[in-house]
Amino acid sequence: MSKVLLKIDGKEVEAEEGMTVLETAQDEGIGIPTLCHHKKLEPYGACRICTVEAEKNGRSKLVVSCVYPVEKDLEVTTRSEKIDRVRRTILELLLSHAPDSDQLRKLAEEYGANKDRFEKEPSFCIHCGLCVRYCAEVKGKFAVGFINRGSRREINFIPELAATECWNCKECFPLCPTSALQAAYMFTEAQISETPVFEADSK
Amino acid sequence: MDIEKVDQIIDKHNSEASSLIQVLLEIQSENRWLPRQILERISEKLEVPLSRIQHIATFYKAFSLIPKGRHEVHICMGTACHVRGAQNVLTAVEDYTGIKPGETDLDLKFSLETVNCLGCCALGPVMEVDGQIHGKISPAETADALKKYE
Repeated sequence: MSKVLLKIDGKEVEAEEGMTVLETAQDEGIGIPTLCHHKKLEPYGACRICTVEAEKNGRSKLVVSCVYPVEKDLEVTTRSEKIDRVRRTILELLLSHAPDSDQLRKLAEEYGANKDRFEKEPSFCIHCGLCVRYCAEVKGKFAVGFINRGSRREINFIPELAATECWNCKECFPLCPTSALQAAYMFTEAQISETPVFEADSK
Repeated sequence: MDIEKVDQIIDKHNSEASSLIQVLLEIQSENRWLPRQILERISEKLEVPLSRIQHIATFYKAFSLIPKGRHEVHICMGTACHVRGAQNVLTAVEDYTGIKPGETDLDLKFSLETVNCLGCCALGPVMEVDGQIHGKISPAETADALKKYE
């Protein structure tokens, strides 16, 4: 693996080729806020809160640092007026889904995001995919997954799997930046105990 | 649809996980919907987690996880059909079949959907049944047209 030299916030740093900007910054102790990032999981780029400005050959663009690989001579800025504005809007949008999330509220305070800017639509889930990916990549159980798409996308436990696998695991619970995951699980659990298993008529 | 038929379709695709969508499409066209038991069977045979199959089956509109009628009725609500009275056609069809868009009647005879444009605006208002176009249809004619389907 060859080394790549780049600048983050004016500081010369060295990174392995193939590393992402976020990983490099974290190794250097430079803080970039994240919501959907987890060191055990593959980068996903769902929440966009880790957006930074990357400049190369005099051109700068906004990139998502958790999925952006390091490049030679890249100049990264992790905090500026422009970046703050982008993060603020992302937070305001996420807050319309999960207004009570502690993690979001803390970030909102830091970036001055107005939690009431957009009409509330509390689905609680911000689609970070942490639970889904953790269950698949780390546990290999696939007990929780996404269903539907677009604005109707949500997380969904497979009741049969949840009944056998989740009870003793629940490792995804603390990962959730909101309370959506636990709510979905409780709902599944209630369904398992209260309703008979749906037997589909196959003909 | 019995499980042997499902297995046949899966075998035709050599039980390859990459053929998941093809398998689902074939079962959908044979059976008109994807029952949970069949999804479980596919999951087992293709070694694809059920949560991933659900993800895909709910993502594409071509798949249905609820039973569908023998005849699919599409009412065009596009701009051209709209100005020529598509809403009245829809109401007439709703009255005849007793179902709303997105629903299927109890005899599994009709499934009703609205669509945004069928691409034959000159024929508006348009009702499509099982791929067959009924153009320039008046609300009164819909019942006659639907009577032919068993």
